[in-house]
Amino acid sequence: MRFTKDHEWVEVDGDVATVGITAYAAEQLGDVVFVETPDVGKTVKAGDGFAVVESVKAASDVYAPISGEVVEANAALGDAPETVNAAPEASGWFAKVKLSNPAEVDALMDRHAYEAYLQTL
Amino acid sequence: MTMNNVGRPTAPGAAATASGHTSLTGARGLLQDEPLIFELGGWDKTGVDFDPPDHDAYDLGDLVRTAPIGIPGLSEPETLRHYVRLSQKNHAIDLALYPLGSCTMKHNPRLNEKMARLPGFADLHPLQPQSTAQGALELMDRLAHWLKTLTGMPAVALTPKAGAHGELCGLLCIKAAHEAAGNGDRRRVLVPTSAHGTNPATAAFVGYSVEEIAQTADGRVDLADLEAKLGPDVAAIMVTNPNTCGLFEREIIEIARITHAHGAYFYCDGANFNAIVGRVRPGDLGVDAMHINLHKTFSTPHGGGGPGAGPVVLSEALAPFAPAPWLVHGPDGLELVEEARDQAAQTFGRMCAFQGQMGMFVRAYAYMRSHGSDGLRQVAEDAVLNANYIKAVLSAEMTPAFPDGPCMHEALFDDHWLEGTGVTTLDFAKAMIDEGFHPMTMYFPLVVHGAMLIEPTETESKRELDRFCDALLALARAAKAGDVERFTGAPYLAPLSRLDETMAARKPKLTWRPEHATPLAAE
Repeated sequence: MRFTKDHEWVEVDGDVATVGITAYAAEQLGDVVFVETPDVGKTVKAGDGFAVVESVKAASDVYAPISGEVVEANAALGDAPETVNAAPEASGWFAKVKLSNPAEVDALMDRHAYEAYLQTL
Repeated sequence: MTMNNVGRPTAPGAAATASGHTSLTGARGLLQDEPLIFELGGWDKTGVDFDPPDHDAYDLGDLVRTAPIGIPGLSEPETLRHYVRLSQKNHAIDLALYPLGSCTMKHNPRLNEKMARLPGFADLHPLQPQSTAQGALELMDRLAHWLKTLTGMPAVALTPKAGAHGELCGLLCIKAAHEAAGNGDRRRVLVPTSAHGTNPATAAFVGYSVEEIAQTADGRVDLADLEAKLGPDVAAIMVTNPNTCGLFEREIIEIARITHAHGAYFYCDGANFNAIVGRVRPGDLGVDAMHINLHKTFSTPHGGGGPGAGPVVLSEALAPFAPAPWLVHGPDGLELVEEARDQAAQTFGRMCAFQGQMGMFVRAYAYMRSHGSDGLRQVAEDAVLNANYIKAVLSAEMTPAFPDGPCMHEALFDDHWLEGTGVTTLDFAKAMIDEGFHPMTMYFPLVVHGAMLIEPTETESKRELDRFCDALLALARAAKAGDVERFTGAPYLAPLSRLDETMAARKPKLTWRPEHATPLAAE
């Protein structure tokens, strides 16, 4: 699993990356009440906003950590946004993206680096 | 002796000391538990007698209603009592200090109300001939004069209905000015991180993209970051002064200078004008447009008490683009001009039907005239003095977000002082309700962790400020002493206890549906 400074995570399986927000982000947001996932077929570019997560505190954009085409969105979040709080780095995933530039993943932080980064916040 | 042994016992008995007592009906003493009006009134009765219709033939064809309409039927006293009982559960500026720093937050002088009810103002119709409304038009003209004089700006659009509407008016003027100058390709608007949420929302609504300006450690606009982000594609900056941290932007003139040097306009969010009215003229600072919340600076009721009014003052450069209608002095007196008649006026259109919130204009003007220019200056001075008093007193237990130097009209605290207590800003605010005070603004501005933003206003006496501070200090000491349940379960004494905000947001119930009511049989 790889991480961004904006608290998204990516897990690559073959040429498809699953994307979500980190446990740290989910805790900071508080109770998530709504998630807007991207449409399947949409092409996203690394760094673009591609989803929205709304908690009792605030609405936040979620940025695509990598570029590619959205092949699946987590429909379960529509009825159960609390999944993001319960299992942010597992069943609370947002979308699956078919990578157009797999090298982008290498530029992201590993867990060790991300945890070190969290210490600086 | 003769002895009268009838009468009643006067000792308090057990009830006076009973805690946790609940009534059989859900009422609290004489405060009744209040159902929805739909649950109060049956569908099969009405409190109003209608004359029988002259004829009973429908002429609506297919549009005739076939299902019950579902309006509750109540008598006049039932209706009156319902709303009075609801109002008893509410909080208002007429009940206690209201430290929220928005809307109706300071006293609404009763003199203003008396003036607004004069029949010459109250009974006007916006479509009656202007020759019969010259007094009202003159009041608008005088109000405009005061607003222009107090801000040092040459023009004012009176019609916007509140702060965010004023922002929209200002940005539409800016957009029109850029387009008239062939600069329609300016698409970015810069907004500080501490801005009111309405600022970026307004810019986005007008069609601009929004970028944040960083903030310095002392809570002000980062000049270097602003300069780095300014460019030929920037349409405007939107800066609040004093800002939402309750701090004066010391570099405001330089902010205006570099903004203008890059060909962009300076929109000032004037929500906090009450802190500087009579002391600072925004026109002297280089502001191009600014809304003035009459309901805040000039004491008109709002937030449940009345409509807002947000006139926008404009610089020379933006004045030609002001929305219709505007006032001119014509041969037959004052005239409300509804549309541009010559090339000089390049109005972007209009913000609303008619002339704006006349009732608020009367109240604001009455406020200005009853205070005078020296009185308005004292309004700002006392507002700042009161906020600094609160900041100084509460700093004994709470941590100010920006301890160095004075604040303006509001005192901002963070939640560092609650660390390790198990009490959050939200819990603290809820406990304030039990102590008889409306909570302050919480978790805003976003740049301060667990923010508590307290705006006392100039209309509170020292006695009331002390009462407020004593309550907060006592709560703060209780939190630090480990009395956590006092906070996490609060409010205990309000008509309703803590609501499940998460569930309310996840599974909102947006419509009422009859569960036990018996609808009329379909005809």
